[in-house]
Amino acid sequence: MEFRYIYRGLGAGLLGGLLAFVFARIFAEPLVQEAIDYEDGRHEAQEALDAAAGLTAGAHDHGEVFSRSVQRNLGIGVGMALFGLAVGGLFVVVYLIVSRRYPNIRPRVLAALLAGAGFVGLYLVPFAKYPANPPAIGHEETIGARSALYVTMVAVSVVALGLAVVVGRWLAGRVGTWNASLVAGVVFLVLVGVAMALLPAYGHLGANRAEFGDFATETPQPLTAPNGTIVYPGFPADVLFRFRFYSVVSQLVLWATIALAFGQLAERLAVAPARRQARTAASAADRPAPAPTTAPAPTTAAG
Amino acid sequence: MTTPVAQPRQRSISFPLTARRAALGLTALLSLLLLYFIGVDQGATSLFGSDTHLHEFVHDARHFLGFPCH
Ligand SMILES: [Zn+2]
Repeated sequence: MEFRYIYRGLGAGLLGGLLAFVFARIFAEPLVQEAIDYEDGRHEAQEALDAAAGLTAGAHDHGEVFSRSVQRNLGIGVGMALFGLAVGGLFVVVYLIVSRRYPNIRPRVLAALLAGAGFVGLYLVPFAKYPANPPAIGHEETIGARSALYVTMVAVSVVALGLAVVVGRWLAGRVGTWNASLVAGVVFLVLVGVAMALLPAYGHLGANRAEFGDFATETPQPLTAPNGTIVYPGFPADVLFRFRFYSVVSQLVLWATIALAFGQLAERLAVAPARRQARTAASAADRPAPAPTTAPAPTTAAG
Repeated sequence: MTTPVAQPRQRSISFPLTARRAALGLTALLSLLLLYFIGVDQGATSLFGSDTHLHEFVHDARHFLGFPCH
């Protein structure tokens, strides 16, 4: 029984990941290329500055492990499909636990609620604190701290969501479903808000403050010559906005696919046992009916 | 008194609770492991030493899915 749900959850996640990849290939990849071009241009400008200052820039070429063509066609496809698969796996586990606890919620409604919770808890709230960045944004020496902070934000968000749901369920019998839902929403926002206020911004990490000064993010600022003139611009704001906006949209594509596809499949699974029972009941009715109080039911004996 | 008849609710569970738990636990564990390899490994931490093939291969996805990179 569970396996039939698990396969469908994984399948819905994989499908969502593939659709999100199609979206990413069309809309995000041109922006990734623009970001990489910006990074290359900036690197050249920096080398020119260093040469003018009499510094010998160390050879700093990236040995390419995979070509850009592989990365933007195959790599991102595999990455997003597997991400969808993993998210589908987590989704179906939560679905099976919650649907057993609350068997009266209709499958497609529960699927939509859980997918919405997944989108907000696993992605949107962490994104609000630490938004997605294109290449060229992000300092190599802070990757450890940034990863830890991001994972912490995801964990806090998920735990806060769970606590809010528990509070909401507890209050629902006392103040009604609507008011309980509002209170649960406030609890969630307060918890994640406190976490966001306490966790440092990427730009405020010690290594960043020491090298770049007081900026909240790692987004590259304009490159200036010693006399103060700007020799290379800061990271283009429109590219950054579009990259982040498309990142949100692609996650919406993924989670909406899971909600709709899995919800539909779960509805069919939920009516399937009922149909089988109706059939066996009908075939039992054709036989001469045994006295119901004395004989065991023939369907259970048949297994 | 009538003899107890198998409840339809019990019939719908086709394998015992421990197997169900194992299936759910394993699914969750493998999913988290997969998320780790797509999102984090060979960046901040690495299970395969200093190799960067995995990171470089899923590189664009890592950025676009919101994971820290570079
Ligand atoms: Zn990167």
